[in-house]
Amino acid sequence: MKMITAIIKPFKLDDVREALGDIGLSGITVTEVKGFGRQKGHTELYRGAEYVVDFLPKVKIEAAVSADMLDQVIEAITKAAQTGKIGDGKIFVSEIQHVVRIRTGETGSEAL
Amino acid sequence: MSIMKLSNTILAGATTLAAAGLPSIAFAEDALNSGDTAWMLTATALVLFMTIPGLSLFYAGMARAKNGLSVMMQCFAITAVMTVIWALYGYSIAFGGEGAYWGGLDKLFLSGLTVDSLSGTIPESVFMTFQMTFAIITPALIVGAFAERMKFSAMLIFMVIWVTVVYAPITHWVWGDGGFLGAMGILDFAGGTVVHINAGVAGLVAAIVVGKRKGYQKTAMPPHNLMFTIVGAAMLWVGWFGFNAGSELAADGTAGMAMAVTQIAAAMAAVMWMLAEWISHGKPSVLGIASGAVAGLVAITPAAGAVGPMGALAIGAASGLGCFIAAVKIKPALGFDDALDAFSVHGVGGIIGALLTGVFCATSLGGAGFGDGNDSIGSQVMTQAYGVGVVLVYTTIVTFIILKVLDLLIGLRVSEDEETEGLDISEHDERAYIL
Repeated sequence: MKMITAIIKPFKLDDVREALGDIGLSGITVTEVKGFGRQKGHTELYRGAEYVVDFLPKVKIEAAVSADMLDQVIEAITKAAQTGKIGDGKIFVSEIQHVVRIRTGETGSEAL
Repeated sequence: MSIMKLSNTILAGATTLAAAGLPSIAFAEDALNSGDTAWMLTATALVLFMTIPGLSLFYAGMARAKNGLSVMMQCFAITAVMTVIWALYGYSIAFGGEGAYWGGLDKLFLSGLTVDSLSGTIPESVFMTFQMTFAIITPALIVGAFAERMKFSAMLIFMVIWVTVVYAPITHWVWGDGGFLGAMGILDFAGGTVVHINAGVAGLVAAIVVGKRKGYQKTAMPPHNLMFTIVGAAMLWVGWFGFNAGSELAADGTAGMAMAVTQIAAAMAAVMWMLAEWISHGKPSVLGIASGAVAGLVAITPAAGAVGPMGALAIGAASGLGCFIAAVKIKPALGFDDALDAFSVHGVGGIIGALLTGVFCATSLGGAGFGDGNDSIGSQVMTQAYGVGVVLVYTTIVTFIILKVLDLLIGLRVSEDEETEGLDISEHDERAYIL
């Protein structure tokens, strides 16, 4: 079981959601986040007072998937979220040690 | 037709009655003019609209989200409290009599103000209420200077004393019968000196005495909602027709010209600020063009009934550029925290307008002519400068004393914790945004 954490541009969320639905992914968690990477921030100016805004808004998607779906999910997110411009985001993959479905008590890949 | 005839008959009858019954006020100019009265009722409503909600929105949008309500509350409370003071004694100090320095106490508690009493061609009740809206907006303008850190209680007490010993007397000096500045032939049509220089200078003193906001020039303090600010600026612009064209106290050609030059100067100043920012920064901003329009409105205020359209264009250009330099370049360099630029816009714009009124009132430059006792641009500009100087010195000293005494007695600022938390919660137990 793998945990996929993807940071994407906010306006790409709907495309990614659709692409993941198409390959039959059963659920994701979405969070609005802020951060900086190579894209850096921008400058704002109010009556001569200049502020550098370091953190840009992004969307974080978390999806727990079985190992055999991993490549498919990564491909779907990459395709849907890509604009080719700086700031498209990143995908991180990590191991999941244990999963429990709270309603039924099922564990492991049955709970995904 | 028949209604026209009837109203003419009534008017003629009323004039005859007045002439027969009250010989002392039976001059033609003392008859009520319904056209003038209708316009002044409207103008009065427009000027109140400038403060609530115009100025309140303009300022609240520039404040941070945690202080938005406090700014709204200060403007609204000032509106209420100043109304009471004006009714009790403010109007009397300003317009109660013919002294050189104050109007006296003859109109205390608005005594003598009846349904029938007139001021020129309009009911005195309308004149009194029109002036009341000026006594409301002037202290409300000062709020911009000490926003986001002054205690509400101290603010309110300061405003009560300030209107009593600064605003009302200065109003008398310039506009009251026998007032010494008015008698010198100073031109201040709608309150460049009385309202804007006065409020701007008081704001500068307050910003310095109250002190900088915690973290000023070290942390970001961007405006929280520029939509409010530009909507507020637009309301100020519209309301200003009441302020300037209303100051003629009649519906006539001078009022019409005051309206035209007000529009032209505001527009020119908005364009100038926008261009100045575009050139110096690379992009034109919403806050910039809104600030420019207000700067132009301020500067044309003393000039409104005295200059022509091309004079207005010049005054607008000078104030748009002058206030831009004051707010964007000079203020940050000097380091005082006039939070929402009460001085940079109203003080500086007022001074530019007052001085240039002396130039562009000349008939050779399309104006309506010099004030009494002045016969050249030179002498009129000197008279204007004298008026500016008197108000500058008096307001600075008296405002400073009031604030210092209040600071000793009750303290001017909220605590550091309260300032960090925001005045909405710490002073009013409320939040603007519960999302």
